[in-house]
Amino acid sequence: MKRARVIYQGGEWTATEADGMACLPDGRRLAETEVTWLPPVIPRTIFAVGLNYADHARELAFTPPTEPLIFLKSPNTIGGHRSTVRRPADVTFMHYECELAVVIGRAARRVGRAEALDYVAGYTVANDYAFRDYLENYYRPNLRVKGRDHATPLGPWLVDPADVPDPANLVLRTTVNGHETQRGSTSDMIFSVAWLIEYLSGFLTLSPGDLILTGTPDGLVNVQVGDVVTTEVQGVGRLTSTIVGD
Amino acid sequence: MTGTVFAAALNRRETLEALGGALSRDPYRSPPKAPVLHLKPANTWIGPGEPIPCPPDVPALRMGGTIGLVIGRTASSVTETEALSYLGGLVVVNDVSIPYQSHYRPAIKQRCRDGFCPIGPVVVPAGPIDPDRLEVVIEVDGQVQSRTSGNGLVRRAARVLADISEFITLQPGDILLLGEPHQPPLATPGQLVRIIVEGVGSLDNPVRWE
Repeated sequence: MKRARVIYQGGEWTATEADGMACLPDGRRLAETEVTWLPPVIPRTIFAVGLNYADHARELAFTPPTEPLIFLKSPNTIGGHRSTVRRPADVTFMHYECELAVVIGRAARRVGRAEALDYVAGYTVANDYAFRDYLENYYRPNLRVKGRDHATPLGPWLVDPADVPDPANLVLRTTVNGHETQRGSTSDMIFSVAWLIEYLSGFLTLSPGDLILTGTPDGLVNVQVGDVVTTEVQGVGRLTSTIVGD
Repeated sequence: MTGTVFAAALNRRETLEALGGALSRDPYRSPPKAPVLHLKPANTWIGPGEPIPCPPDVPALRMGGTIGLVIGRTASSVTETEALSYLGGLVVVNDVSIPYQSHYRPAIKQRCRDGFCPIGPVVVPAGPIDPDRLEVVIEVDGQVQSRTSGNGLVRRAARVLADISEFITLQPGDILLLGEPHQPPLATPGQLVRIIVEGVGSLDNPVRWE
């Protein structure tokens, strides 16, 4: 099952997906352009993983880490499907990051890798935009790069784990104005979803609603005002956003 | 509590001076320009009297007593002059951490463990109080270990709030930590920590083995 939070004619609904349509509980079927998409979950803590694909780590000229690079994002960063993302006028390099996002379903503390996926409520797609002009080498990536208002679209759907039997074998793909610019596979993650849940729950308690954004592969391209960016994770969803100016 | 807790890091001139030339060398390469920030997620929040869990392999924890600025109304791109008018109140906070040296990567393992952010006992209305004038006292087992005020801050309250609001819309209930003292005092399991901010409150927590 795929579920979304949408606004239709002023009312908030939980929609389910059928044949690419958003179905309201009362049976009405709507095209994706007929509703306003909210993030499919209201996140509690948002964990993100940097440099989690061997190819991306190479592209950024870093040695792949032996321990994951974890950073936190605040809830102001989240936006919905078909939202706009602001590119400040002084930025010269802003790029998307197509990521598989994991939603935690129940409290997890010291959970082993073998049971880790039992704690997952579902999966969705994130686009964790970065504004590289603002990078500084203190608590990098710093919040000015990764904590900006609504610069991390999420959605459209929260997908049941039963519908994603192997999160370690999904194609990730980004298009800008319809042209493919990024392609990879979750099979290339340095630290898998199960590994990350074991790692994080090893020193803190994960709770329902916590999100883990699992990182992005190679293929990051500067995007400009007016560009339409779609990040897609196979079987999970296609998440679109449009870049706007100040 | 449902807000976000943002903390200003490296916000003491003494701390930056101690890093000295290192700020211009690898991995930092230049002194910080924007405010350095970290987050204290929901799993870290505890109330007065609740024990701060110390992991078994850690000899002592740092007690980062600080003032928490509680946002009262939505603040986006506010100026330094008007920033303090967005405050709803003040609260005492202890930004607990496992001692660490490098500021290059987010210190999640050192700062974001369960119970590493005691907050309370109450939010007092900010009213006419100037948060930069308040003294933060950190006691361990009744002995004063640290005494700081807004004097040594790199960015004072209004400036931190204004700078963050340039790219983050702060919501009512969000808390902004002004910054722990330079070299926060240590406490070990069995000790009682008290953070005192005159006119705001006194926050007591015992340290216990995890």
